[in-house]
Amino acid sequence: MNKKENLLGFLFLLPNFLGFFCFLLIPVLLSLGMAFTDWDLLSPPNFIGFQNFVELLKDNRFWKYLGNTFFLMISIPFNIMGSLILASLLAKNVRFSKIFRLVFYLPTICTGVATCMVWIWLYNPNYGLINLFLSYLGVEGPGWLTDVSWSKPALMVMGFWAMIGGQNMILYIAGLQGIPQSLYEAADIDGASFLQKFWHITIPMLAPTTFFIVIMSIIGGFQGGFESAYIMTGGGPDGSTTTLSYYIYNNAYSWFRMGYAAATSWILFLIIFLFTLIKWKISKKIEGED
Amino acid sequence: MKNRFMSLYATTFFRYFILITVGVTMMIPFLWMISTSLKDISSVFVFPPRFIPERFYWSNYIQAWEAVPFLRGYINSIVVSFTTTIGQVITSSLAAYAFARLNFFGRDKIFFAYLATMMIPGDMTMIPVFALLKKVPEWLNLLFSPETQWWTNDLYLFGFYVGKPLGVDSYFALITPALFTAYGTFMLRQFFLNIPKDLEHASKIDGCSAWGIYRHVILPLSKPALAALATFTIMGSWRSFIWPLIVTSSLEMKTLPVMLEAFKGTYSTEWNLLMAGSMLMIFPLIIVFLFCQRFFVEGIQIGAVKG
Repeated sequence: MNKKENLLGFLFLLPNFLGFFCFLLIPVLLSLGMAFTDWDLLSPPNFIGFQNFVELLKDNRFWKYLGNTFFLMISIPFNIMGSLILASLLAKNVRFSKIFRLVFYLPTICTGVATCMVWIWLYNPNYGLINLFLSYLGVEGPGWLTDVSWSKPALMVMGFWAMIGGQNMILYIAGLQGIPQSLYEAADIDGASFLQKFWHITIPMLAPTTFFIVIMSIIGGFQGGFESAYIMTGGGPDGSTTTLSYYIYNNAYSWFRMGYAAATSWILFLIIFLFTLIKWKISKKIEGED
Repeated sequence: MKNRFMSLYATTFFRYFILITVGVTMMIPFLWMISTSLKDISSVFVFPPRFIPERFYWSNYIQAWEAVPFLRGYINSIVVSFTTTIGQVITSSLAAYAFARLNFFGRDKIFFAYLATMMIPGDMTMIPVFALLKKVPEWLNLLFSPETQWWTNDLYLFGFYVGKPLGVDSYFALITPALFTAYGTFMLRQFFLNIPKDLEHASKIDGCSAWGIYRHVILPLSKPALAALATFTIMGSWRSFIWPLIVTSSLEMKTLPVMLEAFKGTYSTEWNLLMAGSMLMIFPLIIVFLFCQRFFVEGIQIGAVKG
């Protein structure tokens, strides 16, 4: 390590670091400052101490939307299991595996406004495909996106469709192909059943992949729900699909409560940080026991 | 022996049965979208529905195309996603090279800090960045005399309106914050680390500088990883919704997803047109994916090897 390498390293980092400085570091500090003000973008900001945070703790909507965010994250384990099942079906030599992968991956590619639109149409209470199908079975389908008790499950089903064949499935395929075949052969000699092999070989061998997927899903899950809320439900009915991300958006850009939105985003960050840390510690502990 | 053969047969059958069922189920929304996009409005609401329309109304696509300035949306999306992609590949490959190969002060600590930034929610940084983009031109106006305020002028390039040079509702606002990525830096670093160092030693003896090694050894050997990052970025940028939604206010500056959303606001029940518009948006994504599928799969795997 010498002065020349220090300078070189600095120069190579410079373009990226400049971006981080302007669009991450400074904004994070500004956001912390804003969290202690009542800025509305028009009049100059006033310093109001912890008032935003105190208000947040008393804000029933905040707690409700935090609850919604958690509720929607219940789908994470199901999404991950779905990906694992698809991956284990595809990891062995399967004919047309490329076509299957393509088909499973398509929803992930197209996520966003366009797929939200399709799902509004599919969930249409009178003419949507899902309720038409249910009517053939003699069931009268609910107004999926307009019924408080069905709106969250409806979004979770859409998320499941969009997620199972995506990135996580591809990671699991790679993980499964990395498991030495000899482990399964040894288990066969001992007369292990399919489920025993899956539980005692596949799952533990995939632990690093699962760890990565779970961490990324938690980080994504807490920030999620904006697009579907904005495009499909407007956060309703009765706020049942408003997540923290959508609440922050509305505070900042619809009601111009920049300070309050910044304070909420800091709480969100702390929650993400805490959960990532907990997951990290749990994984460390399990590894330690083995 | 016969029994075992039978069970092998059964599992294979079972495997394909699930794969095909799941595959078909997952395709239904797309097929339904295509089907609806080709119907006329009266047959959209016919019961029982037909999957294959009696007549194909290709004119829906023309009608959707003309209902909102889709062409402008396409141009905006192309400009934004291409610039973002080129920028990200350059900035993150340079940084990744430094993290993977150069031995400078505090390297690993800085790298870890980069990784940790991925935990910061986008919502947090968006608020001050938006506020700054909105306020900086106003502050500049206070500092400088009106004759020198070039940032308030509308710009035209060959008669094509390109918005204002600074502030919200500009290409500047759409592109610049997206030029830098921790994820891309991380992914490329992982890939660079796996390139054998011997190749560089030879070039070093030949008198190659760090820049020379980066430019003539590392970059050519990393084409798959660079292609993967480019594919991710271009598709992510094409789909990105919240940031373009926040920073654009005029129809001329909106990218395709935001324009599609605006389209939904005005044609809320004409499902055939809405589905045609959605098809127009995802069509380029599918094309890019078909051509770059290989890079995609590789890229996802590089990004996840033992952080």
